[in-house]
Amino acid sequence: MPQVHLSRLAGWGRTAASGARLLPVNDGNVAEAVRGAPQRGALARGLGRSYGDAAQNGGGLVLRLAGDAGAAMLDIAKREVTVGAGVSIDDLLRVLVPQGFFVPVTPGTRFVTIGGAVASDIHGKNHHLEGSFGNHVRRISMLLADGSVAELSPTLRADLFWATIGGMGLTGVILDVTINVIPIETSKCIVDTTRAHDLDHVMTLMEEGDDRYRYAVAWIDLMATGRHLGRSILSRGEHATREQLGSDNDGPPLEYSPSVLVSVPPIVPISALNRVSVKAFNAAWFRKAPLYRVGELQTIPQYFHPLDMVGGWNQAYGPRGFVQYQVLVPVGEENALRRVVERLATSGAASFVTVLKRFGAANPSPLSFPAPGWTLTLDVPAGTSGLAAMLHELDDVVLDAGGRHYMAKDSHTTADAIRRGYPRLAEWQAIRNSVDPEGVWQSDLGRRLGLIAAAH
Amino acid sequence: MQNSFGEPQTIVLLGGTSDIGLAIVRELESAALRHVVLAVRNPDSAEAQAAAAGLRSPKVEVSVMAFDAVLSDTHSAFVDSAVAVVGDLDVVVMAFGVLGEQSAFDADPASAARAVTVNYTGAVSAGLAVAARLRKQGHGRLVVLSSVAGERVRSSNFVYGSSKAGLDGFAQGLGDSLEGTGAKVLVVRPGFVHSAMTAGMSAAPFSTTPDKVAEATVKALKSGARTVWTPGILRVVFSVLRHLPGALFRRLPLG
Repeated sequence: MPQVHLSRLAGWGRTAASGARLLPVNDGNVAEAVRGAPQRGALARGLGRSYGDAAQNGGGLVLRLAGDAGAAMLDIAKREVTVGAGVSIDDLLRVLVPQGFFVPVTPGTRFVTIGGAVASDIHGKNHHLEGSFGNHVRRISMLLADGSVAELSPTLRADLFWATIGGMGLTGVILDVTINVIPIETSKCIVDTTRAHDLDHVMTLMEEGDDRYRYAVAWIDLMATGRHLGRSILSRGEHATREQLGSDNDGPPLEYSPSVLVSVPPIVPISALNRVSVKAFNAAWFRKAPLYRVGELQTIPQYFHPLDMVGGWNQAYGPRGFVQYQVLVPVGEENALRRVVERLATSGAASFVTVLKRFGAANPSPLSFPAPGWTLTLDVPAGTSGLAAMLHELDDVVLDAGGRHYMAKDSHTTADAIRRGYPRLAEWQAIRNSVDPEGVWQSDLGRRLGLIAAAH
Repeated sequence: MQNSFGEPQTIVLLGGTSDIGLAIVRELESAALRHVVLAVRNPDSAEAQAAAAGLRSPKVEVSVMAFDAVLSDTHSAFVDSAVAVVGDLDVVVMAFGVLGEQSAFDADPASAARAVTVNYTGAVSAGLAVAARLRKQGHGRLVVLSSVAGERVRSSNFVYGSSKAGLDGFAQGLGDSLEGTGAKVLVVRPGFVHSAMTAGMSAAPFSTTPDKVAEATVKALKSGARTVWTPGILRVVFSVLRHLPGALFRRLPLG
């Protein structure tokens, strides 16, 4: 038996790694690689930015699809771009922005691949108006389990198309994708900032005002309790026009040169992120924000991808890694959201970055995460005492309210929670099984959360 | 697949009626746990059924399966059937073993060989069979209950001590051989534990309980450690004992 080289793969949270054969592939040899997959199946992995085990396949094959943004085909008339699934949003923006276009949806990091964006049906600050990534996909070309390549669109094999949007990579290997692009006049954003004194205040501001802005998100100081519970900084914006850029900006209006400024050293004392330091940081950030400020110009990286400025920031959480908890609480269940925020704030869990976003309409995908309501996202060190029990408890609050977990972030919940949160799971499973009856596509997340019947 | 908090979905306890083993299973219980296998010599025994009943809940299924440590030929097949029942093995606890009495071993050398077969030979075949599975699935933890008795073997229980010395070395080597596969071995070295195994014996210094061993074991599992001494002070005690000259060591009143 030939010695198989194993790689230990983890998600961005650096918890629960597993060993797999990691194989770099391209469009030309991916089908052949999949034919040689072991019993534990195959899975495509992008840049490993999902937080848990979504891009892991213990004991199986993990494919890293090459991506060349230079080969992306931009159709200016149709306002669409066709791009390889292995290309990152980072690389794509470097091509698109100087041409006066932007991706239709970007998450909080630009280091995700287009394939991953489809598989997780990612969302961004514009969900309340423009939906998630899947809403802007016009066509997908995908390798199926039987070795054939299928063309999918909202009108062509629509059931498989929508099962692939948010399908966590378990319907096939996405090869290339055609997405809408949006025109921009400049590479700057114009941003309004408002401080909200508590949770009700920020939710009211978002309900009343979000629709006037293309992009909106609130940062919550989760360390504040009592009458300050849920105090927030609401930041909302739009791409700046040339006119808004004014005369004091003399550079090219579409200049785009994102950079990673600092790297967190691989070994950081875990004490750097403890309750006291996080509380101090949160309070300082809150006070630093203006009570109200309009029309501030920010660059694309500043506005959309602030954390990307610190390379490898996930390592600051030490060897135990961290958990990102992101849940949806539907419209009308604001009391459940309040309970979750209250429980988290009083528990003293040190969440460095906590974000609240108001979602708009859902799309037709059976496993898409966003739906009308609120999504709360927080980062907590995995070693925090009592955290596991508290999150399982919050899971019940969220599920009882008809909410759900974002699988691209999940690393702790149960198959039962996913069944409850995604009532269309069986429908998705039937579509998947029809194109992958042998279970070629496997992942640690798929097995852990009971999405797929596991092949032993 | 264990989750980000190191909470397993499945546990297999080899030596399914072991006090320490069952305490570890209880300590690993969480909302994530869905299936436990108790591997015992006689699945119909009242003891095994009681252990299963004690763990069973609406969310946790418990299966009692036949496993005999001395039947090395059956160990690979046992692992396969455990996988067929629960799926991936997240945590396997190897807790079987016999303590015996040195004076009885002295009088009946064949009984000493039988004890060593359980403690060492059986653990080697079971450990390798489990490791093969963990390597194949790319994740999972094997917890091996060793003992401080193997760290420096004492005349008062040298048959048992030597079997644990062999087991400890085997388990460390097995852990090293799994490096990079995603699977890991945790070697647990308890001191004197008040349990059914030691009932009636006088306790050695720094004695402990199954629950305390379980607590230390699960903490070590979550931190990713490879070895854990329980109580922790024994690490220091035995690093001294191990280096004592024989003439001095033999004179210590170590029971």
